[in-house]
Amino acid sequence: MAEIAIKHVAKRFGGFTALHSIDLTIADQEFMVLLGASGCGKTTLLRIVAGLETPSQGEVWIGGRRIDHLPPRDRGIAMVFQNYAVFPHLTVFENIAFGLRMKKLPQQEVERRVTRTAELMHIEQLLKRYSGQLSGGQRQRVAVARALAMEPDVILMDEPLSNLDALLRLEMRAELKGVLAASKTTTIYVTHDQVEAMSLADRIAVMHQGHIVQAASPVEVYRNPAARFVGSFIGNPPMNFIPATKTANGSWTVAGLTLPGPKSDKHKIEFAIRPEDVDAGDEGLHATVRVVEPLGPHTLVTCDVEGGLFRAILESNAAIAVGDHLRLAPKADRIRWFDPETTNAL
Amino acid sequence: MSVVAEIPIAAPAARKAGNWLLVATVILLSVWVLLPIYLLIVNALSSPEEVTAFPKRFLPSFDFGSLSFFINFAGVGRALWNSVLVATLTMILSIGFGAPAGYALSRFDFPGKGTFRFLVLMTRAFPLPLLALPLAVMFIRTGLDDTAIGLALVHTTLALPFAVLITFSLFSGIPVELEEAAWTLGCTRLQAFRKVILPLALPGIAASAVFAFTISWNEVFAAAVLTIENRTLTAFLLQSLGESPLYLKFAGGAALVIPALIFIFAVRKYLFAMWGIANR
Repeated sequence: MAEIAIKHVAKRFGGFTALHSIDLTIADQEFMVLLGASGCGKTTLLRIVAGLETPSQGEVWIGGRRIDHLPPRDRGIAMVFQNYAVFPHLTVFENIAFGLRMKKLPQQEVERRVTRTAELMHIEQLLKRYSGQLSGGQRQRVAVARALAMEPDVILMDEPLSNLDALLRLEMRAELKGVLAASKTTTIYVTHDQVEAMSLADRIAVMHQGHIVQAASPVEVYRNPAARFVGSFIGNPPMNFIPATKTANGSWTVAGLTLPGPKSDKHKIEFAIRPEDVDAGDEGLHATVRVVEPLGPHTLVTCDVEGGLFRAILESNAAIAVGDHLRLAPKADRIRWFDPETTNAL
Repeated sequence: MSVVAEIPIAAPAARKAGNWLLVATVILLSVWVLLPIYLLIVNALSSPEEVTAFPKRFLPSFDFGSLSFFINFAGVGRALWNSVLVATLTMILSIGFGAPAGYALSRFDFPGKGTFRFLVLMTRAFPLPLLALPLAVMFIRTGLDDTAIGLALVHTTLALPFAVLITFSLFSGIPVELEEAAWTLGCTRLQAFRKVILPLALPGIAASAVFAFTISWNEVFAAAVLTIENRTLTAFLLQSLGESPLYLKFAGGAALVIPALIFIFAVRKYLFAMWGIANR
């Protein structure tokens, strides 16, 4: 059992606050992805859990044991680094065996575990090589095998795929998901790549400026963003936002269209809709087409709606030309509303 | 059209002139450095008679008369031993103090780090002759004068800045993630250093040690001022330069220069790294 509990963890570097009082619980065997743009504090949080950084305040618990005062080696964790950190002076075998030798396991057990994890990562033919003789993808496999061989309670991964080329990344992503699910470890995985996050995670914690904005399942994060930032960060192209003005209680005017919405004492809120959640038809938002990008499965249309940019994903067989006037009807159950002051969902 | 036609002619001409200037400068500098060494070697490998004869030979006759005379010259063996002893002590002291300082500079952030790095370099700004008299007086008071360890201490102050800077650049070139990976795999800070950093840094540390050795080996001023009985080879040669025959001077000079040249040549890669050219 290795549940991770992060309680009120904050980190300040001089006058700069990298993390503001983070609270996050990660269930045993859960795959948690920390997602955010660079500088949002996701790596700092991971390094605090690893023990490579000390929190300015707060506690970290793993499996019911408080570990924030312990050195990394006593935390029951293994880590995979962005640049792999494969020891250049040791063979692949000795790299994978490194942690096992530190634990003073018998030679037989060391060999068993190295062979097993090497087979798991498909690098059994590389065991005699040095890191200088490996490609980036192979080094990545060695780094993952080295972490798995420790049979840790928790695996921490810091952007492990970001140095690989696109095709290899796709392949490794699927493989990692399988291997980690089978290993029954709790995983914290840091990335700035939303596709990676969506495809791997049981739960995504979206981070922004040192806060966790939302921690939920990938679909929940995509469908029901808890804040404007989540909607604008996740999804490619991102969510569309249009200012809404109150007409009556629970009724709002959005670009000339009157829509039912949340009851609020505010006069102005924001209407939001995903690009794929609009239909072109006879009624809806008045849009003037600016750019048409046929992408194969569908067509991305960038329009003007009330002087603001609005992106819509439409059927690829729709005959749309630049300058056309469209009516885009938002699907009622997909409309989201945000408070422009707090930026939170309403 | 004429303008277009002129440029391709003018440009190669200018480039050619630039090339000539470069080649000439390289030749001049090479001659500046290599000619004395060449003369030194030719004369050291000639018989005593040939050294004083005229005209000179361009190729050495590989007569070891001068060298064997030098080796058997009274006091040379002892001076040579003193030189090796002092240089070895200097090497141990400067790596012993310099490598930890270099490691700290590369891995830790502490207040005054920039100032410290600057001060390390500043120690080279004080001319040794200025310090020699007070040093000599202090050494006599503490009984350190005319001892190998006393001279080694002075040489260490000369070699230490280089030891710090070379090892700093060396450790900076080793990714901190390697150390962190070792920590997460069960190492203490010391174990991680011993099992991961040291094997990677060892060739560079050895180079830095050799450089410290060479600095001490070549140093003549402090050696001449601070030793009387226990002269190092440089001090000994300086002392006996006036009254000794020409071929002894050549043989002694060669004995000093050749080891230093070989050492520096062996570690040249790391000396470039000192200024962060190879790393970072």
